[in-house]
Amino acid sequence: MNRILLWAALGIVAMGLAGCPKRPQTPPASTAGQPVAPQSANAAGAGGTESGAAEAMGAEGANAGARVAPTTVYFDFDSAEIKPEFAGLIAAHGRHLGQTLGLRIRLEGNTDERGSPEYNIGLGERRAQAVKQALILQGARADQMVTVSYGQERPAVEGHTEDAWAKNRRVEIVYLTP
Amino acid sequence: MTDGSELRFLARLARSTLGLAILLAFAPAHAELTVEITQGVSTPIPVAIVPFAGSSGAPLDIASVVEADLRRSGRFDPLPRKSMLRTPSVASDVDFAEWRLLKTDYLVIGRMVSGAAGPAVQFELFNVLSGARILGYSVPIGGDYRLAAHRTADLIYQGIVGIRGAFATRIAYVAADGAVNARRYRLLVADSDGVNAHTIVQSREPLMSPAWSPDGEQLAYVSFEGRASSIWIQTLRTGERRKVSAREGINGAPAFSPDGKRLALAASQKDGNVDVYVLDLASGQYLRVTDDPAIDTEPAWSPDGRYLYFTSDRAGRPQIYKIGLAAGQKPQRITFEGSYNARPRPSPDGTQLAVVTVEDGQFRIAVIDAQSGRGRVLTQGAIDVAPSFAPNGQTLIYSTHDRDRGVLATVSVDGSVASRIESDEGDVREPAWSPFASNP
Repeated sequence: MNRILLWAALGIVAMGLAGCPKRPQTPPASTAGQPVAPQSANAAGAGGTESGAAEAMGAEGANAGARVAPTTVYFDFDSAEIKPEFAGLIAAHGRHLGQTLGLRIRLEGNTDERGSPEYNIGLGERRAQAVKQALILQGARADQMVTVSYGQERPAVEGHTEDAWAKNRRVEIVYLTP
Repeated sequence: MTDGSELRFLARLARSTLGLAILLAFAPAHAELTVEITQGVSTPIPVAIVPFAGSSGAPLDIASVVEADLRRSGRFDPLPRKSMLRTPSVASDVDFAEWRLLKTDYLVIGRMVSGAAGPAVQFELFNVLSGARILGYSVPIGGDYRLAAHRTADLIYQGIVGIRGAFATRIAYVAADGAVNARRYRLLVADSDGVNAHTIVQSREPLMSPAWSPDGEQLAYVSFEGRASSIWIQTLRTGERRKVSAREGINGAPAFSPDGKRLALAASQKDGNVDVYVLDLASGQYLRVTDDPAIDTEPAWSPDGRYLYFTSDRAGRPQIYKIGLAAGQKPQRITFEGSYNARPRPSPDGTQLAVVTVEDGQFRIAVIDAQSGRGRVLTQGAIDVAPSFAPNGQTLIYSTHDRDRGVLATVSVDGSVASRIESDEGDVREPAWSPFASNP
C-alpha cells in the first residue's frame, strides 16, 4: 500500500514538474524567493528620525541597513528633491557604504498612485537616482548601488488619501546579501 | 531502498506538490469580469432579436448573446422575448405589421444550419418600418459559438449603425490582489463582454502595460520578475514567452508597430534618464528616438507607422509630443492646454488621440485632435488612466476606481455611453483592447 502511495506521489510530482501542456496558462513567473519587505512606515513625509524606528521583515532577514539608519526616504508630490530632514539618514548610509566597499544596495524608487503608470516609472527612477547621487556625495561608490523603479506598482500602504500617498512616495534602501 | 523516514519525507513532498498541482489544475480560469452599463443613449434603438431556430441542440443560445451585446452597447433596446407574438426564422414567415405594433425598428431572424463546412448561424436583418431586408449572412461556427455570436452582433451593429461592431474582440488587463507585502499580479485576457477571463501569466512581482500585436496572437508586457523591469512577448495560443528587452535599468511601455516587426519602448541610460527607443524584433537592434534629459516614455505608433507619439516632461510637466521616425526628425509638441497630458493613444484612423489629462486636479481621459491638440474630457473620475481604443474607434476602455477598488470602465467617444467593468477578485487595471478578430 505504501509503495502504491509512493509511486502515486512520485507520479503527481512528475506531473507537477512537467506542467500541463494543453493549458494555455503559463506557470508562475515568480522570482526565486524573496518576498517584498516594505519598511513599516515611519512618520509619513515628516520622516527621518534616527535609528531603530524602522524595522524590516521578509526572507532577506533583517535588512542590514536598518541597523545603520532608517532605510526609507520620502518625497513631496511630483518631486525628486531630497528634503533636509533626510540628510542625516543619507549621510549615515553613505558613510556606512563608503567604509565597507563590499556592501551593495538596491535603491527602489516609488510614486503614489496618481498619474499615468509608465510615466510614474520614470518619476520613481528619478527619485532613486537622486538618492544615489546624494549617497555618492556622502562616500558611497556608484558600483555599490543599483536602482530600480516600481513607479506606483508596489505601494507600501493601500489607500486613496493624502496620508497613504505620502507614505508611498519613497525610495527604499535595500541592502543586498552577497 | 525505502525506510520509514524516507517514505514520510516523500509523502510530505507529495502532499505539498499535490497541493501545488491542484492549485495549478484548479486555479480558477474564470476570474469573472462583470460589465454594467452606467450610461446609455437617451433614445436607444428598439430592435427585436428573435431566438434562432434550431438552437435547442446547440451548446449556446446565440441570439441571447447577440441581444446582450447590443444591449451592452448602450445604443439598443432589445425587445424581451416574452413580448414576441411569434418567432419566425424565415423571411416568408414575417408579418411586419405585427412587429410595427410592437414598436420595434429592426428585426433579426435566423437559424442554425449545418453545411459542408460545419455548423453555421444564418440570419437576416430587416428594417421594420419599410420591410426592407438590410443584410443577411451565414456565419460559420468554426468550433467557437461565442465568437460566432459576437461576429453576428458585429454585422447587425454595422447594418444598423453603419460602423463595424467590436463585439468579437478581447481585452487584456492586469489584476492585482493580496496583502501589500504578499501581492499577486496577473495578466489576463477576457472576451470584450467580460466572459472567459483567463490568466496569461502570473507573478509575485508587478506586471504592467499589456500591448497587443497587430495580428492579435501575442501580447507584449512589462514584468518585474528578478527585481528589475524587462519586456516579454508571449504567444497566447501556446503560452510560450520570450524576453525581448532587459537592458540595465528601465524597460517599459512596449508598443507593437503596425507591421508587427518592431516594438517602441521606453528604456533608460546609466544615469536613469528614460528615452524612447524602437527595437527591431528580428535583429534585436535598438534605434534611439529621443535624446533628452527629460522623462520621455509611453510611445504609441501612428496607424501608418511613420510617427511615434509619446509623453515628455521636457517642458516641465508631462505633455504629448510627436516625432517622425525618419532620420534627423525633431519632436513636435502636440498639447498646449492643461498642465498634464500623458499616455497618448491614436484612434484607429489616426485623427484623434486618447490621453490622460488633468482637469481640476483630477486625472481624466480626454480625446483630442491629433493635429491641434484640442478636444474634450470624457470621464469624471479622480484617477482615470491608461485609455485604449476599441478597434472600431468608437469606445475607450480605461482604468479607474469605484469606491476603493481598481476597476475598468468604458466610454464612447461621443460621450453618450459608459460602462463599468469589475472583477470578482481584487483590483483590475491597465486594459488593452485587442485588434479585430482575424477572419476564420
